[in-house]
Amino acid sequence: MKIMSCPLNGPRNISEFICGGEVRFEPDAQTCSDAEWAGYVFLRDNPAGLVREWWMHVPTAYWFIAERDTRTDEIIRTYPPHEIFAAPKRSGSAAPGVTV
Amino acid sequence: MVFALLKHGLGFGRFERQLPAARDLKPSYDVVIIGGGGHGVATAYYLARDWGITNVAILEKGYLGGGNTGRNTTIIRSNYLTAEGVCFYDESLRLFRDLAGDLNINLMYAERGHLTLAHTDAAMRTSRWRAEVNKHLGVNSELIGRDEIRKLCPQLNLSEDVRYPILGALYHPPGAIVRHDAVAWGYARGAVERGAELHQLTEVTGILRENGCAIGVETTRGHVRAGKIIQCVAGSSSLLAEMAGFKLPIQTIPLQACVSQPIKPFLDPIIVSGSLHVYISQSARGELVMGASTDPYGVYQNRTTLEFKESLMAHILELFPQLAAVKVLRQWGGMADMTPDFSPIMGETPLGSYYIDAGWGTWGFKATPVCGKRNAEMLASGRVPDLLKPFVLDRFTRFALVGEKGAASVGH
Repeated sequence: MKIMSCPLNGPRNISEFICGGEVRFEPDAQTCSDAEWAGYVFLRDNPAGLVREWWMHVPTAYWFIAERDTRTDEIIRTYPPHEIFAAPKRSGSAAPGVTV
Repeated sequence: MVFALLKHGLGFGRFERQLPAARDLKPSYDVVIIGGGGHGVATAYYLARDWGITNVAILEKGYLGGGNTGRNTTIIRSNYLTAEGVCFYDESLRLFRDLAGDLNINLMYAERGHLTLAHTDAAMRTSRWRAEVNKHLGVNSELIGRDEIRKLCPQLNLSEDVRYPILGALYHPPGAIVRHDAVAWGYARGAVERGAELHQLTEVTGILRENGCAIGVETTRGHVRAGKIIQCVAGSSSLLAEMAGFKLPIQTIPLQACVSQPIKPFLDPIIVSGSLHVYISQSARGELVMGASTDPYGVYQNRTTLEFKESLMAHILELFPQLAAVKVLRQWGGMADMTPDFSPIMGETPLGSYYIDAGWGTWGFKATPVCGKRNAEMLASGRVPDLLKPFVLDRFTRFALVGEKGAASVGH
């Protein structure tokens, strides 16, 4: 069984987790175009390599971030979401107005 | 027989190559097809046969039919849920019936009948819904009860003393199995005989663009210009699309399968259970071909896992307890390009002269003939055929999804 390290519960079998998909940043629904919103809802980077995803430890319903390599099936790092979402607002691809 | 063996053994026989030896890439082609799997070679075949377009190159990074064409569980059916899906897959099923003769190759096409088991009231309701949609569109499907299941498949454990008792099934008599490798070989040979070129071990590394149009590809063997390009690359769809400059609503997730050791003929129909995530059929050589749902998370790998086999076997043994002593012989995985609505992505893309055949997730093999035929029509005429229109990439911008709950990987 593959082991994933949960930031709250420590190392656990990967069958205790579910993958919530790539970390994406919601555009401002008031100002973005329909195409931008559709892109946010449906389109994915789906990279062959490093990916940053939401994961949940099911028994404790704890959501966190995991960085994996999709080519090698290695889990590189797991950490609590506030590492990303408390970060200061950046320009470009970063979250517009995301707060915890 | 003995003499024939002796003759060939001593080298007096005349050997016919199925496919010509590799040769140099030409500087340009009318159509470049990226991906030498079933969909790619079928597109080349129908381009040559129906439209006389033979200045075509199929570029394949590995070998012919080495991807999901050779990794699926070879089931052919058209008992889907949406009208768009049923019409599309039914054309494929009809093409499959005459395909062995068209391609002059033994596809070992066998109509076995296809049973989708229902274990819950919700699954019974979906089965009835699917049967009604199917019948309305002329596809032979019926909701049947336990007595009829027992007649069709007496081997099945119909006991009520199990975790998920069988309440009924969606019965689809035209459901068939077909030898998948032969489909790829037959289409490739047919395309190459008519003048198309198949270049194996030729990986596309970039898409050449000019004024919003694709004009050629970079490959590991140099540049090639192209009038039109179509990508048919299954699990690598997002990577190719990135080279072409657009994103897809796809996640690449492994789908695993395995076969048992060969045993005497024992199982005639194809048995599927959406609730238990199981499909099982017996091949002509006696192996039980088994599959389940996709993996719980995405990876670009063909690896297999113990968890997959544990959960699959638990369910298989509930349906067929008599298989407990049978051993697993081979296991493998394929990279499935899963879409949010379990329907494919076909037709035009944001890049001019660049077409797509993707999002085939866990349901691509059965669509090989219809994809080839309609892709060829689209490339030759420049218009998206009506049958493909519901599946264009643009549907996600319009929020006009085609929710296909009849797909194999969907629980009910």
